[in-house]
Amino acid sequence: MTAAIEALGLGKRYGRRWALSDCTLSIPAGRVTGLVGPNGAGKTTLINLATGMLAPTTGSITVLGSKPASGPEQLAKVGYVAQDTPTYAGLTVEDHLRFGAHMNPGWDAALAHKRMSQLGIDPKQKAGKLSGGQRAQLALTLAIAKRPELLILDEPIASLDPLARREFLQVLMETTAEHEISVVMSSHLVADLERVTDYLIVLMSSRVQVTGDIDELLATHYLLSGARRDPAALPAGQQVISARHTDRQSTILVRSTEPILDPTWSVSQLDLEDLVLAYMGNTTASVETGHKIMEEQR
Amino acid sequence: MIEFHLDGRSGVAPYLQLIQQVRQSLRLGLLREGDQLPTVKDVSGLLAINPNTVLKAYRELEYEGLAAARPGVGTFVTKTLSSDSIAAYTELSLDLEGWLSKARAAGLDDESIGAIFQRTIRTAVQEEAL
Amino acid sequence: MMWLTWRQFRWQAVTAAAVLAVLAIALAATGIGLSTRFDQAGLSTCHSACSSLATNFVRDLRGTPYAALFFGCIILLYLAPALMGIFWGAPLIAREFEAGTHRLAWNQSITRARWSAVKLGLIGLAAVATAGLLSLMITWWAGPIDRALNLVGGSPSFGGTRMSPVVFAARGVAPLGYAAFAFALGVTAGVLIRRTLPAMAITLVIFAGVQFLVPNFVRPHLLPPVQATAPFNANTANEIMISAQGNANSTDNTMTVVGDFSQPGAWMLSNKTITPAGKAFTGPAGTACTGNSTPQQCGNWLDSQHLRQQVTYQPASRFWPLQLIETGIYLILAAGLGLLCTWQVRRRRA
Repeated sequence: MTAAIEALGLGKRYGRRWALSDCTLSIPAGRVTGLVGPNGAGKTTLINLATGMLAPTTGSITVLGSKPASGPEQLAKVGYVAQDTPTYAGLTVEDHLRFGAHMNPGWDAALAHKRMSQLGIDPKQKAGKLSGGQRAQLALTLAIAKRPELLILDEPIASLDPLARREFLQVLMETTAEHEISVVMSSHLVADLERVTDYLIVLMSSRVQVTGDIDELLATHYLLSGARRDPAALPAGQQVISARHTDRQSTILVRSTEPILDPTWSVSQLDLEDLVLAYMGNTTASVETGHKIMEEQR
Repeated sequence: MIEFHLDGRSGVAPYLQLIQQVRQSLRLGLLREGDQLPTVKDVSGLLAINPNTVLKAYRELEYEGLAAARPGVGTFVTKTLSSDSIAAYTELSLDLEGWLSKARAAGLDDESIGAIFQRTIRTAVQEEAL
Repeated sequence: MMWLTWRQFRWQAVTAAAVLAVLAIALAATGIGLSTRFDQAGLSTCHSACSSLATNFVRDLRGTPYAALFFGCIILLYLAPALMGIFWGAPLIAREFEAGTHRLAWNQSITRARWSAVKLGLIGLAAVATAGLLSLMITWWAGPIDRALNLVGGSPSFGGTRMSPVVFAARGVAPLGYAAFAFALGVTAGVLIRRTLPAMAITLVIFAGVQFLVPNFVRPHLLPPVQATAPFNANTANEIMISAQGNANSTDNTMTVVGDFSQPGAWMLSNKTITPAGKAFTGPAGTACTGNSTPQQCGNWLDSQHLRQQVTYQPASRFWPLQLIETGIYLILAAGLGLLCTWQVRRRRA
């Protein structure tokens, strides 16, 4: 199966600052991928590179097998909702649907109208007068009704209230199930993504920290707690992600394909939020030791 | 047609919760052999969860022999549990009452009893899944 | 894409149509009257005394609504390209950047090149058509006045002939070139600056600058000016000036004279009075033109100096050639700016 998005050594520089560097990943198709990281980590840069809004400084990126925005056919396969879900404030909802129909040969007008009526959005309403949630739904509909193979969403629900958020995700999931679309969704809140994503990319400081299937990641990461010891002394199969120490105790996060059998460890597993935080380096106290280890592993 | 719900704080994975709810419905007689389970599209749309999660749950049910997928139509129940389990229920209820008296006699209050119970169930379910 | 462009342009189109309609009504209502006056003044059939008939005709127009309309239309044709550049051109793409809707538009199944080309092409065409209609109506309406001014010769004190810089820019096909250029300038400013208000300001400044420079420094040389020399005749001199440096009666004061050179309808570029030696005549005033001497004595003395008048001008017959050349240049500039815009939009800078 062609990867949805494939990047090799991808990097983008603005003046002296690298917004994204050394990014190599392969996002599989048919999944809902969560792109997580704090603000300024490079999520929007990666998305801009994937949608063809930016050109790379180094490396390459292919989307559904072709260069991003390389022509009308490729553009038709990718639906994109930018941050703050831009719409034409002066145009009505009906105008937006007509806009979609005129600009996309693969436009599914029935689907678009059904969505709008299901959500109770008045077609004669100007887009500028819609609520944040309704605008987000309109933008999503515009992206979905052109029947793409891949949907790229840049923090689409960040500024929505909880109900609007839930409704957005409901529509997104229903559409993903019905049309078998791949989705790449970025967010700086893990809680948003937990229920909907099954593939994860963590970005931090302009670099990719970890990528992988979420179930597999959760199953292979273990939090080991026990008597203080040197993380370098752990067996080779156990990759240390981070470590914290007090005078008597060590708490070490490892990634291992084998289960941990050492009886001197108390072993527990993480939930998604803890896992992401660990990779974002959110370990307080004894940070020095922890960071050194993380540097070695990269 | 049954309707699923998710408990975000139970610590149990969503797909496991779906499986449990199907089993529960079978036991209570809400689902009978031949009934259709809600479509993947409807479940993911209602609960705002990844369709693959629902697929995983349904595949697990298939593996256990409780349901079968008919391509292009949906997933249907293939076995009922109610008749088997009603007798088991009565026996289990009596066993539980006995255990509860023992626990109270040992001095445990309701909260501790609840904690033991939750922990044991959680561990058992997770071991079952692996 | 065409539908979207028109839909976003709706209100501007309505405004333009309204202005055109109002103007059409005003001009239609008065145009017949003007033509009738022209005929009644005998100007449509005159052969010999045309110049004086024309002078009378033009003089009688002063203070009438016709004069107000004449000048009003010139102002309108000056403003129209500038306004279209500022209000149609500058916001065209800058507004999309400001609202972030370029992220919506550039993800539809259409390339950026096509998106910007259609916008530029359709609205540019609308701008040129609007300017064209304005110029067509106004050039038609002002026909009688233009023809009269052409017959007057000398320097009329009513606006100017259509060759004069003031009127030239408000006749014929020149406004089409200006409109295309102003529009393309506005869009380019918007693409490069990405903010509507600064783009509008820059467009205004640059366009005004160009519109000042072209008639003064470029147009005179679009076709080689005609040079002519004629004997200086003090009787018909336009101007005899003595600059009094200190003593008004000093015979050393500098003196300049400007002779009359009659080329009806021409655009005078320069008019120098030179001595037989070929140098510019600067006096000195001498005894003949200072103190108690009469103008007649001064005049006789001047004539005896055998001065000559050297003029350069663009004749009236060059009106259409100059119009076409100038419009062509502006159109080429506009096209160049359009290509620059499209190239800039295609660059991946988000």
